[in-house]
Amino acid sequence: MAYKTIIEDDIDILVAGAGLGGTGAAFEARYWGKDKKIVIAEKANIDRSGAVAQGLYAINCYMGTRFGENNPEDHVRYARIDLMGMVREDLLFDMARHVDSTVHQFEEWGLPLMRNPKTGAYQREGRWQIMIHGESYKPIVAEAAKKSADKVFNRICLTHLLMDESRSNRVAGAVGFNVRTGNYHVFKSKAVIVAAGGASNIYKPRSVGEGAGRVWYAPWSSGSAYGLLIGAGAKMTQMENRIVLARFKDGYGPVGAYFLHLKTYTQNGVGEEYESKWWPQLQEMVGKEYLDPELSHRTHRPIPTCLRNHALISEVNAGRGPIHMVTMEAFQDPHLEEIGWHNFLGMTVGQAVLWAATDVDPKNENPELTTSEPYVMGSHATGCGAWCSGPEDISPPEYFWGYNRMTTVEGLFGAGDAAGGTPHAFSSGSFTEGRLAAKAACKYIDDGKAEGIRVSDEQIDRRREEIYKPLEHYRIYRNEITAGSVNPNYINPRQGLDRLQKLMDEYCGGVTVSYMTNEKLLNIGLKKMKLLEEDLEKLAAEDIHELLRAWELKHRHLTSEAVMHHTLFRKETRWPGYYYRGDCLKLDDENWHVLTVSRRDPETGEYTMEKAPCYHLVEAKEEAQEAAPEEA
Amino acid sequence: MPTFVYMTRCDGCGQCVDICPSDIMHIDTTVRRAYNIEPNMCWECYSCVKACPHNAIDVRGYADFAPLGHSVRVRRDEEKGVIAWRIIFRNGKKDMNLLAPITTKPWGQGIPQLADAPAPSQEMRDSQLLFNEPKYIRLDEGDLHTLESNGLKMKEGVYY
Repeated sequence: MAYKTIIEDDIDILVAGAGLGGTGAAFEARYWGKDKKIVIAEKANIDRSGAVAQGLYAINCYMGTRFGENNPEDHVRYARIDLMGMVREDLLFDMARHVDSTVHQFEEWGLPLMRNPKTGAYQREGRWQIMIHGESYKPIVAEAAKKSADKVFNRICLTHLLMDESRSNRVAGAVGFNVRTGNYHVFKSKAVIVAAGGASNIYKPRSVGEGAGRVWYAPWSSGSAYGLLIGAGAKMTQMENRIVLARFKDGYGPVGAYFLHLKTYTQNGVGEEYESKWWPQLQEMVGKEYLDPELSHRTHRPIPTCLRNHALISEVNAGRGPIHMVTMEAFQDPHLEEIGWHNFLGMTVGQAVLWAATDVDPKNENPELTTSEPYVMGSHATGCGAWCSGPEDISPPEYFWGYNRMTTVEGLFGAGDAAGGTPHAFSSGSFTEGRLAAKAACKYIDDGKAEGIRVSDEQIDRRREEIYKPLEHYRIYRNEITAGSVNPNYINPRQGLDRLQKLMDEYCGGVTVSYMTNEKLLNIGLKKMKLLEEDLEKLAAEDIHELLRAWELKHRHLTSEAVMHHTLFRKETRWPGYYYRGDCLKLDDENWHVLTVSRRDPETGEYTMEKAPCYHLVEAKEEAQEAAPEEA
Repeated sequence: MPTFVYMTRCDGCGQCVDICPSDIMHIDTTVRRAYNIEPNMCWECYSCVKACPHNAIDVRGYADFAPLGHSVRVRRDEEKGVIAWRIIFRNGKKDMNLLAPITTKPWGQGIPQLADAPAPSQEMRDSQLLFNEPKYIRLDEGDLHTLESNGLKMKEGVYY
């Protein structure tokens, strides 16, 4: 094949993926590394890429300490209860103490943040969310990243990280191909910040045909954050912690502003409040510590999102669906009605299209809600991702190995979906994580930790061959058949994706099995996953666009395999409403109040699983009082 | 709703190809105009619709759940800093115009060039502070929050 090999050498910091995490990393890296070579490799076009490509109508993570609203530890406690205890509180506290400085800069850059006319503070949607006119959120942060970066490579699909050959377990850059020219791109870099996307489309979606694109998380979020990291042998955490979203049916339009700002609420098919009737049974499963409606009512401690999902799913399964969002009251106010529509146009236009197509005017009828297929990601209300070091002034020894947000591979950092255990970062928190990773990566280089990296031509050539294999495979076997897509020697990326989705759905708790799985099912699933892996060696790509889909599928496959291993490892049902282990339906704090950590051996493909301690932020005073009687 | 392109309006300029986050707007080599090559990978994000200089791209709701006969159109104007939407229902009974700002500053001018910012001191490098901090955290003289300043401790065990 005549594709050129283009080598970009002497990079200090390579940013892999330029969504909110990557733009934050590139922006901040310039400040700490004035003379450093900062390069961005982005799969699409940085001006409209990542999960925020179409905009956002809210920034979901803002403390507002400046207005006396919240302190970082308040946000940590919120994320902790929402995720049923399973979070990295050092990373969360760190993100929360910096996130406001990010948001204040966004405002200075021209992002329109709404103000509360009475208080002058930002217009709150909920305790953590502020409302914005964010149609151009992504182009604005992209400008900031472009100003800081030496070079931005758009349309580069990164497939693998390069590894140092003079020292094991140290990163040396990344490789990929240009999805337009087909050329092979090699980025030799001292440090890499992986800020690629989480995974949509690994579970069979509710929609069929065309509608498969109308997923909740962007269809281009191909799990590359995890594919790149797992492929390099980085340890991963909480990969079982997939998220299921309760959203407007079919369009998956957001409900945050509806619940929090418009004060709409849900009811079942016969117009009743349904959640509270499921609480007693659910309390038996998870314990009063995690579900205490009275306490929640008194103290405004939220009821975890997964548990509210459980109530919705159970009510529908009991035959009292559909669940409706009661909009008819709020929408009588023309101002709130306008906000309701703007909310969709700002971040999920498809929902507005659907209501226009079906003549659903929420002023006159209450729209349907449903629960989505599961998603695996680490920046919204769930925390899948790499096992990363925390900051030195917060993290206990088990969480600290020198550089903030560095994975277990030296010189390899994570931000956004890539960093594990840090849910509820959202857009602003992901950008902030990128900033933190960038400062740490500069320090890593300045400390001389990236000296003497060696990458052989053999490694570069081996990856090149691997990358183009699907094109080669197609070329060799295509003419064995007359026409069409049925070939005994290969499958195409769509066929492979369909198989992956079906397998994840049926064996790993997808929507068609009401999110249920167990050990037996997972073991069968893992076996089938291995067979799929063998067939992925025989993927065929007709052109460069299909080659892109082929590599997205390989990243989705690596992600899915990790999800299955983690789900098998955690022998409890920690998040009813996200998924159920039918063979252990209760939450089990005695054995499983721990974070799950995995590593896939890049040579053998074998997985090892371990438990890591779960630390929580507690009041130092309480701690002293607790300790006192023992000392006496 | 996947996008589609009107034959008479598209001139094949490729702006949509350049911007599509999903790499699904391509140029058809026969008619030399853009089209959506993979509708089931379209997120209806409207990036191409907004980028098209000829308003040649529109969206038709996903065939598996959206009936025909609706319209959601948009015009985005960076110079004026606004975006204008028009939503028309299938039954024609609702026809809404909605306008929103997209920026408060002349495009791209509010963003600093960090290469020109004064270099951070060694003390700053050794601290936990990021660019513009601590000032931008609360826009007062206060410092960054730490475990100590907030009276906190990290403790292993089961806490809710």
